[in-house]
Amino acid sequence: MDVKKIKILVVDDFATMRKVIRNLLKQSGFENVAEAEDGAIALQTLKSSKVDFIISDWNMPNMTGIELLKAVRADNELGKLPFLMVTAESLKANVVEAVKAGVSDYIVKPFTHEVLGEKIDKIMQTIK
Amino acid sequence: MLKGRIMDVKFINPFLEGTIEVLKTMAFVDPRPGKPYLKKHNLAKGDVSGIIGITGTIKGSLALSFSAGSILKIVSNMLGEEMTSINGDIRDAVGELTNMVSGAARKKIEEMGFSLSASIPTVVSGKEHSIMHVLGGPSVVIPFETDGGPFVVDVCMGDPQ
Repeated sequence: MDVKKIKILVVDDFATMRKVIRNLLKQSGFENVAEAEDGAIALQTLKSSKVDFIISDWNMPNMTGIELLKAVRADNELGKLPFLMVTAESLKANVVEAVKAGVSDYIVKPFTHEVLGEKIDKIMQTIK
Repeated sequence: MLKGRIMDVKFINPFLEGTIEVLKTMAFVDPRPGKPYLKKHNLAKGDVSGIIGITGTIKGSLALSFSAGSILKIVSNMLGEEMTSINGDIRDAVGELTNMVSGAARKKIEEMGFSLSASIPTVVSGKEHSIMHVLGGPSVVIPFETDGGPFVVDVCMGDPQ
């Protein structure tokens, strides 16, 4: 499978940030992108369409990134989906909680398209 | 005129460096900092501002106040599409930039041994709007120039009391 063709779901409550991440993904060669504005909507999208990779913000209303991660990992069908968490800060407690919940990796804002692309490539290599 | 204690200068650099880091990374804009100065009133310098509260072993707030020219250029670069007016996308981006600058600056302040957390940013736009700092003021303003126009980082941090 061509890694650049994977379908990526970008989850963030800020529409602008979703656009920014979509733009960064495009610069890294990833054009198959879907969006969701919080964890609850993301979960619906994941259950109704095929997604290969999740990029989710941490702080969101309704269902946060960590709650979405736990819900995904607890689901029989979605459980092994690659999950990249986006945070505005590298708080140790948050990182530990995300790692315990089974996050594939995390990325601290601000980040370049090179760093984002490398993280995705690296995660995809581990699941091949 | 606002009364209050002037913030410790050691907190200025984290906000200055954090701002440059965020704008360089996310918007490919290289802002040029000017000389910081003390501000004793609530009026914002820019056309659109984001403000965020910070609490912990020190407390206060951070505001980013952009001229229309500077923020249109910054967000155009961030989104990869030409922005021509201050709309919802711009306000969203100002909130997100405020959040990111706060995160980058807090990381640097935490390296000095402080523990901090931040609130959710609020965004205000329009000519001559106000910036209400958590501690009241006075605040330290770091002016920046970009090719699109000026913006300022307006910060007021102190001991929690």
